[in-house]
Amino acid sequence: MDLNSFFLMRHEMILLGIILLLIVAEIIVADSKKSSIVNLALLLFGIHTLSGFFPLQESSLFGGMFRSNDLIHFFKSVLNLGVFILLLQAADWIKEKVVENDRSTEFFILLFASLLGMYFMISAGDFLMFYIGLELSTLPVAALAAFEIMQRKSSEAGIKLILSAALASGVSLFGISMLYATTGSIYFDQIVLGLTETNLSILGFVLFFTGLAFKISLVPFHFWTADVYEGAPISIASYLSVISKGAAVFILMILLFSVLKPLMHIWENLVYGIALATMFTGNLFALRQQNMKRFLAFSSIAQAGFILLGLITGTQLGTTTVVYFVLIYIFSNLAAFGVVQAISLKTGKENLSDYEGLYRTNPKLSLVMMLALFSLAGIPPVAGFFGKFFLFTAAASKGYYLLVFLAVVNVTISLYYYLLVIRAIFLRKGTDPIPFFKNKLYMRLGLIITVLGILILGLYSPLYDYIYQLSAAFK
Amino acid sequence: MNLNYIFLIPLIPLIVFLVLGIFSQKIKAGISGYIGVLGIAISTILSYFAAWQYFMVEGKLNGVYQTFTEKTVWIHFTESLHIDMGVLIDPISVMMLVVVSTVSLMVNIYSRGYMKGDDGFTRFFAYLSLFTFSMYGLVLATNLFQIYIFWELVGVSSFLLIGYYYTKTSAIAAAKKAFIVTRFADFGFLIGIFIIGYYTNTFDFQTLNDPEGSILTSWASTSFMGLSVLAWALILIFMGGAGKSAMFPLHIWLPDAMEGPTPVSALIHAATMVVAGVYLVARLFPMFYIVEEGFVLHIVAYVGAFSALFAAIIAITQTDIKRVLAFSTMSQLGYMMMALGLSGYDGHEGVGFMASMFHLFTHAMFKALLFLGAGSVIHAVHSNLLQDMGGLRKYMPVTNITFLIAALAIAGVPPLAGFWSKDEILVAAYENNQFLYLIGVFVAGLTAFYIFRIYFGIFWGKDTSYKHSPHESPGSMVIPLVVLAVLSMVAGFVPFSEFISADKAGFDTHINVPLAVIATGAGAVGILMAWIFYKKENDLASRFANAFGVFYKCTSRKFYFDEIYLFMARTIFFKNVAAPIAWFDKKFVDGTMEGIGNKTVVISEKIKGIQSGKLQDYAFGLIAGFVVIAFMFIYLWTN
Repeated sequence: MDLNSFFLMRHEMILLGIILLLIVAEIIVADSKKSSIVNLALLLFGIHTLSGFFPLQESSLFGGMFRSNDLIHFFKSVLNLGVFILLLQAADWIKEKVVENDRSTEFFILLFASLLGMYFMISAGDFLMFYIGLELSTLPVAALAAFEIMQRKSSEAGIKLILSAALASGVSLFGISMLYATTGSIYFDQIVLGLTETNLSILGFVLFFTGLAFKISLVPFHFWTADVYEGAPISIASYLSVISKGAAVFILMILLFSVLKPLMHIWENLVYGIALATMFTGNLFALRQQNMKRFLAFSSIAQAGFILLGLITGTQLGTTTVVYFVLIYIFSNLAAFGVVQAISLKTGKENLSDYEGLYRTNPKLSLVMMLALFSLAGIPPVAGFFGKFFLFTAAASKGYYLLVFLAVVNVTISLYYYLLVIRAIFLRKGTDPIPFFKNKLYMRLGLIITVLGILILGLYSPLYDYIYQLSAAFK
Repeated sequence: MNLNYIFLIPLIPLIVFLVLGIFSQKIKAGISGYIGVLGIAISTILSYFAAWQYFMVEGKLNGVYQTFTEKTVWIHFTESLHIDMGVLIDPISVMMLVVVSTVSLMVNIYSRGYMKGDDGFTRFFAYLSLFTFSMYGLVLATNLFQIYIFWELVGVSSFLLIGYYYTKTSAIAAAKKAFIVTRFADFGFLIGIFIIGYYTNTFDFQTLNDPEGSILTSWASTSFMGLSVLAWALILIFMGGAGKSAMFPLHIWLPDAMEGPTPVSALIHAATMVVAGVYLVARLFPMFYIVEEGFVLHIVAYVGAFSALFAAIIAITQTDIKRVLAFSTMSQLGYMMMALGLSGYDGHEGVGFMASMFHLFTHAMFKALLFLGAGSVIHAVHSNLLQDMGGLRKYMPVTNITFLIAALAIAGVPPLAGFWSKDEILVAAYENNQFLYLIGVFVAGLTAFYIFRIYFGIFWGKDTSYKHSPHESPGSMVIPLVVLAVLSMVAGFVPFSEFISADKAGFDTHINVPLAVIATGAGAVGILMAWIFYKKENDLASRFANAFGVFYKCTSRKFYFDEIYLFMARTIFFKNVAAPIAWFDKKFVDGTMEGIGNKTVVISEKIKGIQSGKLQDYAFGLIAGFVVIAFMFIYLWTN
């Protein structure tokens, strides 16, 4: 492996280095100073995030098992940014609740390992690498979901996630083996040449699709989502809904647009139906959630349904809109989860009714929440509006008018429940409002970055053009 | 010509507005007045400098004033159709800069005295600066869309300032009325802009106004109901201008707008904002002149002349001095519109255009002075009504003299400013349309009459006994009066026709002695009548009022136009159109929507059992899901 190859795997190498460094630090640092590991991890990951933005050449390794291009590279940086914000928001929680159990290093190592898995998953050039990446990205998260071992709900979340994931990935692997059986290869660029519409290949594709649909929590593979989000620590729920989902959407898009192109008119219809099912189910369930984490879980299911509108096109425009939407979605959802986390950490309250009258006591936090929910609901001029608008444009450009219309209906439904939260925060007086509190530096930083992201992405259009250029790789 | 500093002229009031608006709670009232005055003063100096540089030094090339622009593309539609933001410098925009700056500066200084002790002092100055910014932006606009944006901003600041005393019901009603009526007119304006954008593919003034350009003639053949589309567009644009400039029948908001503080009336509803309509027509004058060979200009002329006459008649019977001045403003704006409508393009033929701009210029000075003088009086006696005043010359000497100067100016007495500009208008009318000329002369007489009616009523007439003895206003109010009085005396001597003309080349004007004598004579008759009626307290006036009976009553009720509009709005529109629509909306549209909403909640309730929390159910769902999908695609999806 020469130096250039090393640079091609720069993200992976550096992240692996960080994991190793943290293991060493865990051993060296005295017990009384364990909280400094949090700072160290943040620092290292911050540097990693920044360094990720340096350009990278386009090439492949290991005979095509690992590949990278500008869009993949860009997306890894997006994931890094998301994880960095998430860590900022989680830092106080780790310092206050996790360090005392001497498990903070464990948290970082598991999280980074999962991220590493995602890197490999989206860089995969064949199904083997893809599958390894998928597993590596899922398994640590199951451990993380059960991280609060003393709490029953957390354990429940962990066990539900690991069992569902095992089932899904088993099904998916079965599907891969069928695709191998029809084409005689596991390499993406050879599968695309040999793939035709046969019963076996269709069955294989549907089975394979199930695995990724599970990760994106598309209906009907979404059942685990709400329970896991509710039980898991907020950072992990946030990670699952933002980072994990984003990465899975990305690789699904790459696979559909390039490898599975020969089955396009199968997956077009599949995505069409699943998009509708996902949007309606997510929205209808979100309507009556009282727990904020469950609420955000169903909201994120619905959002995934919207993303499918961009996926269905199979064009460069579709790619661009999906990546752009995911980017915006990361900022918006992290902002919402950040506020929930901040409040939960200070008061332990996670229910919608607890948020009544929040504006009177914590106006700034309320405004962040408002901005995040507006962005999720897609109200102009915040970023979420443009994200949705472009997705719908992409779908409409291929003639899916009915689908776009039904999506707009769903936007209306979603607006209702997002506004329910805003009403509770701003208009309701509340008998026992959450008292005023001040966030610590990391949390504040984490929220400020998300707010800036929501505002800037909404107003600064050249980024969209930039993504469009990058998307040329997957037409 | 270097235009970079021109951007500062609107920018400074904007900054002042933002500073005063954001820190209104933290700035002491006295300080905010100084900030406001200082900001306007800087803009005024820059405007004067620009005027000097343009008219005296760099503006001319081969004897023709050039147009300078500096702009960037703001919104891009096609290669030729885009919305720009920038500044445009040509004779009329520079002249307007001077007018807006001068009056605005005077009003700002005056307001420091007039508004002293008011709770919203800082807010008031913030609004004033917002208005001045918008007006500058309107004047300097390079294209139709930019002028429209600032046009609306001007409307908003006018709304805010009319409703400044927001605890007063009548003020709120007046603010709403002004906004709705002008918005209604602006709707026409906007459609006109769209038509022009659609057919000519440009919003740019220079392209649209190019007399040699092909744009105007190329679409002349596309007609709608016998008129070319561009003529329709110009009519609609004139509708917008008529709304802002209170032309009949869109004038009803102006008298009510007097609910605002008097300095506002002076600045916005006399000298600057209301002339925006005139300015708009002047801005597009070459286009008005070329399209359909000036057909739309005839409409402009007749609407203007009728408004001038109509308002002058009403002004005679009003008892609120600010309302008299409001109708006077409407009348004088009608004059300006009439002159524009009667103008030609080349050389001396463009005398109407020149006269209109000239009158705009002089009118701004003496009408602002009249309003500020009225404000000074109101400040002293705490009433707007003529019957509460009388004999004030003894108490308020400076106000008396300056008001007299302004009254003489508007009556057209030589050598004051109004004489010169009014004379040019009448010359233009005489040369083009003798019927309108007669109306013009008659209005000149009426003008002199009603203005001296209130002058005598306020400063002479009966000796009213006052609870508190009235006294002269403080220095900050008197100084602007004196400055404007001086301007009202000398503004007429500006060799206006050299600077401003339709073809920008300038021409020489001479006093047409017979016409000047007739006009001055009409004014003199008016003054004399007022002198007989109102100099001393007598019952001549009421006897005349009785003699005219019904006509007098109609006039004093402003010909019942408010009532007619109310009837049309309430009885005809609300009952027969709005109410059925509201019913339909409530029963069908809302009903459907509420039904959908309720159904959604019901469904949501019914399906919640699916999410059981049991892992085995989830696993079943997952497997069932892919089995169903696979089955569908393999067995049902047989192509």
